[in-house]
Amino acid sequence: MTFSRTALGSLKKTLPLILMALPGLIYLVINNYIPMSGIIIAFKKMDYSKGILASDWIGFDNFQFLFSTPDAWIMTRNTILYNLAFIAIGTICALALALGMNEIKERFFAKYFQGVFLLPNLISMVVISYVAFAFLNTDTGFINRTVLPTLGLSETNYYTRAQDWPIILLIVYLWKNTGYASIIYLASMSGIDPTLYEVARIDGANKWDQIRLITLPLLRPTIVILTMLAVGRIMFSDFGLFYQVTMNSGALYSTTQTIDTYVYRGLMQLGNIGMSSAAGVYQSLVGFVLVLTTNYLVKKISPEDALF
Amino acid sequence: MKTLYSKSEKAFSSGATMILSALAIISLLPFLLIIIASITDEKSLIANGYSFFPRGLSLDAYYYMIAQARVVLRAYGVSIFVTVIGTAASLILTPMLAYPLSRPDFRFRGILTFIVVFTLLFNGGVVPSYIMWTKVFQLKNTIWALIIPNYLMSGFSVLLVKNYFEKNVPRDLIEAAQLDGANELTIFFRIMLPLSTPVLVTIGMLTGLVYWNDWINGLYYINDPSLYGIQQLLIRILDNIQFLKSGAAGSVIGNIVVDLPGASVRMALAVIGILPILLIFPFLQKYIIRGMVVGAVKG
Repeated sequence: MTFSRTALGSLKKTLPLILMALPGLIYLVINNYIPMSGIIIAFKKMDYSKGILASDWIGFDNFQFLFSTPDAWIMTRNTILYNLAFIAIGTICALALALGMNEIKERFFAKYFQGVFLLPNLISMVVISYVAFAFLNTDTGFINRTVLPTLGLSETNYYTRAQDWPIILLIVYLWKNTGYASIIYLASMSGIDPTLYEVARIDGANKWDQIRLITLPLLRPTIVILTMLAVGRIMFSDFGLFYQVTMNSGALYSTTQTIDTYVYRGLMQLGNIGMSSAAGVYQSLVGFVLVLTTNYLVKKISPEDALF
Repeated sequence: MKTLYSKSEKAFSSGATMILSALAIISLLPFLLIIIASITDEKSLIANGYSFFPRGLSLDAYYYMIAQARVVLRAYGVSIFVTVIGTAASLILTPMLAYPLSRPDFRFRGILTFIVVFTLLFNGGVVPSYIMWTKVFQLKNTIWALIIPNYLMSGFSVLLVKNYFEKNVPRDLIEAAQLDGANELTIFFRIMLPLSTPVLVTIGMLTGLVYWNDWINGLYYINDPSLYGIQQLLIRILDNIQFLKSGAAGSVIGNIVVDLPGASVRMALAVIGILPILLIFPFLQKYIIRGMVVGAVKG
């Protein structure tokens, strides 16, 4: 009697909260959890007429095929190398920009600069691909029609020259992301106690000493954490950057194919569900292990910054 | 108290201002190029390409778009509909899930929070999602395909709102309301939401931005031109400028022959695509930055 009354009482207390959580949970189950169970597709010979469950199991055949093609190596290499370059160069640029912005004491200008550098981050990859096109295309591109002729160089068809794209994509990436990343560093810089700088000044430290001995060491946790979170995502690439900005040009695949673009092309353009889903599962599993590992390391350094 | 800045600090400060000003200009140049390109005379474009200092200016591209207004306005309408409905739905779903998770006395708090966090760590990839949305839910070529998959509610926003509730709404307030006999819905609508407008505006802005800029759902699920949003129209026109005057888009301008100023129209359309962001951005910069700063480190 007592038991059922407390159970009833606690149900009465819990039920409204469960009901409120329900719509969101249902969405997560459909949008996230059902597709997770769909990784079995990678181990099947998918046949739409039979459906997913009734399609034949083929074990690791899809993976064997995938890793016997040169594509597997190319897309893994590209994904990881681009990410490493983005992490290393992106972090340095963002820190430098934040150090500069930290010098702007006038509120209006500080906001103005922040806004200007943030803007490229807020426009879609489609518009960014227009910007790239306006610079790079052969008929009307600014570089081909103005820059190269001025330098006395001949016209270059960038959309067929794979060797140029690592640098082009790096520039686009930096233009789009540096402002955003710098705002995070700027926020941690503004949290540094100004008396530290006062004391350093009295001791005769010049600006460079202050940056080297106060600012950077105090930013280290933020830098380490952002870097590790990025390393955890090293198997994932910005699909739009590699697909849309390159205008899906086949001639560029050797330097622009990443796991995400491969999965898309396999599924939507080649209809090769087996290979595509195998690549997706490969990405998800390796990515998952990396996220867990980096999160574990973040937790050791600074527990409150860990994801979980 | 006046701080005495050393010589090296003054030099650094003025150097930084100069370099930043130069970088700001460089950062804006790409925008400038597409804006100038959109108002450049088509003959000058064909002769000299896109340029910061065009020979001749003309608004032909914009006139042409007014003549083709049906295609452009339709895509704009689709994008606005998707953005408004998606953001509104997200602003209902997200705090409703975040609220129970923020209550320390909620029995399933731990397990449900884990269910949310796990979606940030692992996903099944696009192949199973695509098959599910198209074969099971039949979303292909419906407007819902632009709204429901991927963006309706993110675990990241749920955690953001949950943390905000925990830190900024005093426990005493909730307990006092409970003593007065308020039920959970009343507490949620009368206390939690009004006290959390900053975080709601932030996630509303970020979600709105995601919907306005999204083209990936369209790429996967839409090939019916009447359901193109502005981003998909842009993709289509980058590939093939003729699309703008094709019958597929349902644009007939009587029997008037209009020459298509392709090179400038493309860029005019890109300008129109970013216009809402440029207009709204100055007002909402604060909220967007706040969300980014909180969200980047703490998921």
